[in-house]
Amino acid sequence: MADPNIEQLAERVNADAWLVHRGRYLSVRFLLTIGIDQYVIEIHKGRIETIESGPFVMARWTFAMKGEREVWEKFSELHPVPRFHDLMALIRFKTLLLEGDQHPFMANLLYFKDVFAYLRPLEIEL
Amino acid sequence: MNSNNNEAYFEPVTGRYLHLQLMGQAHRIYVEEAGEGAPLLCLHTAGSDSRQYRALLNDPELLAKYRVIAFDLPRHGKSSPAAGWHKSEYKLTSRDYVDIVCAVTDALALEKPIVMGCSIGGRIVLNLALECPDRFGALIGLQSGAHVHPYYDLQWLHRPDVQGGETCAGIVSGLIGPGAPETDRWETLWHYMQGGPGVFKGDLYFYKIDGDLRQKVSQIDTSRCPLYLLTGEYDYSCTPEDSLELERLIPGSKLTLMEGIGHFPMSEDPVRFLSYLRPVLEQIQASRVARND
Repeated sequence: MADPNIEQLAERVNADAWLVHRGRYLSVRFLLTIGIDQYVIEIHKGRIETIESGPFVMARWTFAMKGEREVWEKFSELHPVPRFHDLMALIRFKTLLLEGDQHPFMANLLYFKDVFAYLRPLEIEL
Repeated sequence: MNSNNNEAYFEPVTGRYLHLQLMGQAHRIYVEEAGEGAPLLCLHTAGSDSRQYRALLNDPELLAKYRVIAFDLPRHGKSSPAAGWHKSEYKLTSRDYVDIVCAVTDALALEKPIVMGCSIGGRIVLNLALECPDRFGALIGLQSGAHVHPYYDLQWLHRPDVQGGETCAGIVSGLIGPGAPETDRWETLWHYMQGGPGVFKGDLYFYKIDGDLRQKVSQIDTSRCPLYLLTGEYDYSCTPEDSLELERLIPGSKLTLMEGIGHFPMSEDPVRFLSYLRPVLEQIQASRVARND
């Protein structure tokens, strides 16, 4: 299984000018949990400004996306298997919990799907 | 669908507007067709339209044997909503959907057509099998299951503070197989982005609330009308397990699982889908000859 590439997420997203443009009306802080690891990701006008690593004391966020490490590892495969290939598929099978105010996520659903696709290895890396 | 060179060309598809009464109201329904032979009536998915069948309507091998027909449900594609549509919430019901398919079949004077539907269309063929199987030569359910539990909050599909088209596309984008050709993937999503406000949500009233057939499907008699099921492995709306359960409950139904395909086989990856559909059509043809149908 593939390690979710959280370290390079900001760099990859911010280098994708069209993706940033599509998120230009989005500014939000959200919590991502990968097993016991926690991250607060701050997006400003479609760019990832910061990714802070936990554990946190009194972290503030608008919505949270919580999944086990194994789930995110399967999701992060270059060619994920059915049920682990899409954020809504994870939600469907309750392997991803979406909590808090879902509005920014649902209003920018295609944007978030493409952001999370950058957790996967790029074809060129293989 | 591409010509071999860059010259302009017309597809063999003809589109016309059919005027008829549906649910006691005058309707203007857009119908496309191509080919000659046994009628093959195609039903689109929730929130989309007949463009999903563009590849089938252009496939020479299919058109040599079948009159391929696809129409847009009211409010979808180029079919108009009926007068007064703006005064109430749209909710597709099993009753209305069966009546629409039968009325269009009658208006086009189709004799024992093969009806093939996907998703909500894959569900309604089960209703047709239950209610009026003798009217059809065969039924094909794509992504067909007896019931789907809501797995997200449907309110996100229709509310003024969210762009409906892009959210509908976002909801369904993962239902497309990851290996689908990019052009067909995004054409499929484009159709969802163009849906009218509340239409996808209204269709899902049938799919997820009104159209629960779990207690009825075992009554389907496939000796009166053959039933074929084809389901893509990446579909998490109607999963392969849902279709396997359907096959188990309906004696005589025949399920094919499609590798690499998701919820929109005819639109997301037509070439791969046709490789699964052609053998099914051959089986139907052989059984019709055997029955002298």
